[in-house]
Amino acid sequence: MSPDSTSNTTYREELREAMREALARDERVFLMGEDVGRYGGAFGVSLGLIDQFGPDRVRDTPLSESAFVGAGIGAAIAGMRPIVEIMTVNFSLLALDQILNNAATLLHMSGGQVAVPLVIRMTTGAGRRLAAQHSHSLEGWYAHIPGIRVLAPATLEDARYMLASALADPDPVLIFEHGSLYNLSGQLDTGCGPVDLDTAAIRRPGNDVSLITHGGSLGKTLQAADRLAEEGIDAEVIDLRTLRPLDDTTILGSVRRTHRAVVIDEGWRTAGLSAEVATRIAEQGFYDLDAPVERVCGAEVPTPYAAQLEEAALPQTDGIAAAARRTVG
Amino acid sequence: MPSLGADMTEGTLIEWLVGPGDRVRKGDIVAVVDTTKSAIEVECFESGVVDRLLVETGATVPVGTSLAVISPAGEEAAGLTPEAPEAVSRKQPASPPAAATTPPPPSASPEAGQSGGTVAATPLVRHQAEEAGLDLAAVHGTGPGGRVTRADVSREAAAERPPSTAVKEEPAGRGRVRATPLARRTAAETGIELAAVTGTGRDGAVRVADVRAAAAKRARTAPESVAGQREALLARPEAAGAGPHKAETGRDAATTVHDAAARLTAMRRTTADLMTRSKREIPHYYLSTTVDLGRAVAWLRERNRELPVPKRLVTTAVLLKATALAARHVPQLNGFWTPDGFGGEAAVHLGVAVSLRGGGLVAPAIRDAADLPLPEVMARLRDLVARARTGRLRASETASATITVTNLGDQGVEAVFGVIYPPQVALVGLGKVVERPWAVNGLLGVRPVVTATLSADHRASDGSTGARFLAALDSWAQKPEEL
Repeated sequence: MSPDSTSNTTYREELREAMREALARDERVFLMGEDVGRYGGAFGVSLGLIDQFGPDRVRDTPLSESAFVGAGIGAAIAGMRPIVEIMTVNFSLLALDQILNNAATLLHMSGGQVAVPLVIRMTTGAGRRLAAQHSHSLEGWYAHIPGIRVLAPATLEDARYMLASALADPDPVLIFEHGSLYNLSGQLDTGCGPVDLDTAAIRRPGNDVSLITHGGSLGKTLQAADRLAEEGIDAEVIDLRTLRPLDDTTILGSVRRTHRAVVIDEGWRTAGLSAEVATRIAEQGFYDLDAPVERVCGAEVPTPYAAQLEEAALPQTDGIAAAARRTVG
Repeated sequence: MPSLGADMTEGTLIEWLVGPGDRVRKGDIVAVVDTTKSAIEVECFESGVVDRLLVETGATVPVGTSLAVISPAGEEAAGLTPEAPEAVSRKQPASPPAAATTPPPPSASPEAGQSGGTVAATPLVRHQAEEAGLDLAAVHGTGPGGRVTRADVSREAAAERPPSTAVKEEPAGRGRVRATPLARRTAAETGIELAAVTGTGRDGAVRVADVRAAAAKRARTAPESVAGQREALLARPEAAGAGPHKAETGRDAATTVHDAAARLTAMRRTTADLMTRSKREIPHYYLSTTVDLGRAVAWLRERNRELPVPKRLVTTAVLLKATALAARHVPQLNGFWTPDGFGGEAAVHLGVAVSLRGGGLVAPAIRDAADLPLPEVMARLRDLVARARTGRLRASETASATITVTNLGDQGVEAVFGVIYPPQVALVGLGKVVERPWAVNGLLGVRPVVTATLSADHRASDGSTGARFLAALDSWAQKPEEL
């Protein structure tokens, strides 16, 4: 048991501890990205790691996402276990060619000969007044791509333990860290140990409606569930955790019990991850539904800068609770 | 006027449930007819639109009299102006060939498939079948789990109408019941009619809670209806407004032209005529055997332990299913004696004699009993007895029995030697299940046993045939897990 089990910690610290552990345990692991070394990462996640592991294993890169993600792919093919940090999901689009055309496809194109054991971490999401070029939630786009695994840790435990499982995966894994979660604090449950990357988690059991969400919306959804409980509505909250592949068993198992579903996704509604989840419910759970599936999504605008507008553009507790009430009647 | 029993020569039309212009489908209940035995719901044999009614309420007419004229939906609708011309221009993707030239009905008024409640089909297919004027229950489903698919409906629609005939669709009249998929499924499973359920969901949608409430209400009122059935039977006209059944269906209960005393007298006379005819014409022979129910009772006890009380099975269900399978095994006893001789029936419609507490006897049939799983036999039995005692049997149930069972065991009788219902050729009697000392393989034990008897028509079969029948019944009763 580490001392962490009794002291307060944060999501940011647990991400860092996870990397520290990985760097210490496996010499093939190294971290690279913009400002991850001397500056400690744009969001301070890798602060101090360069002092412990040196500039060879914690490498600052030039401002070229395409180049350093490509380098990461090459290193992975060559036998390393790179962790590549991209500052925000918006910037990852510069590396989309590398991710989609190389990382996700090489195993297939090589007839199974060339695996790409690469981990890419990046910040996603809004809520910090960083405006439309730093705030979008595009993890749903990545969940569209066969050949990669997409994770969205939303708890201290997942921040800490998903990385090891991701590094053990022989294929590319993308980890989306919601920017509003870095300061999430609490006590780490060290008892949970290594986590699997195949299952969604029921964060709060309930019987009346399934609230299905991930990442930065989990906290708001749990708050909404608390509020609903005061009104006598017993909501179940599901944290998807892994956005690709989706855990149909947990999702449908929940809906078959509650007969109602609300999908909460900070991403845009049209053709988004919420659409995929809702469709699976319709496809596999149609005869179990007692109300239309509701969605609470980000407004279909570039994320506003002004605080009130930004707040209005994102799923909030009130909206989630209202959607749940509509399903229950 | 359909024949609602072998002994029926005329019937009184009590109530029309449809009127001119109404769309009807094969199997819909369209009228209530009073026979000398009870008020019976008459099913429609054809799909189409009611053109005009030929017999007025209250009139008594002979069997075979036309009651109403039904036009095929297409012809009737051809004379109508489509009410939603704007819908004509709407493209209907992948529409069936037969409907290619027809304007789709206004999308705002899809119609409910009330009687199709138990058919597995998606809402779209239901809608499509409605447009094509098809009864979903009559369409063979080729989808997963026998689900009716769009292709099935298209095929059926093409088969029903020559493609060259450009018929116009009648715009769907009544509104489809707004109900959630789960509510629909639950309604089908519990036999609740969706149209009679008040929806509390958004825009009045029926949700599962509404269906469950309706089912609970039915469960609460069912015992009352048994207790109050004597009154219902004796005072049907007066009870018309207050009967529990009325609350369920929203229909006026049958208003009969007979008063209660006359009804009982008539029923007595009908039974008298039928039984006299049976004993006069049919040379009965009787066989009896004692069936060891040790295995069946033990098996039921185990099985019932896992089931909620309303789903538990009783020994009678096992014996009924065993009888039905025996009738299939010995087809010489399953069918009718006509002036041309014996005619066997492929299906086993198992008549069950139900004594009405107000007096009298009816023997409606569990249709296709040999093909039903045991829990379904049990459910049908419950349903049939309840409806027989509230005087709401359907024509297809009252006239179709191919062999009948009479069970007086619950009244303490150990053996029944019954009188055959003409034109059937066999009647099976079941007595009380009693514990008796019973020797198996040289060892004596106490076992539950029942005496099963067979009354059979010697014109149609001989004693050895009857013996094979009872042996088969016994054999099935030893294998309850296979029923």
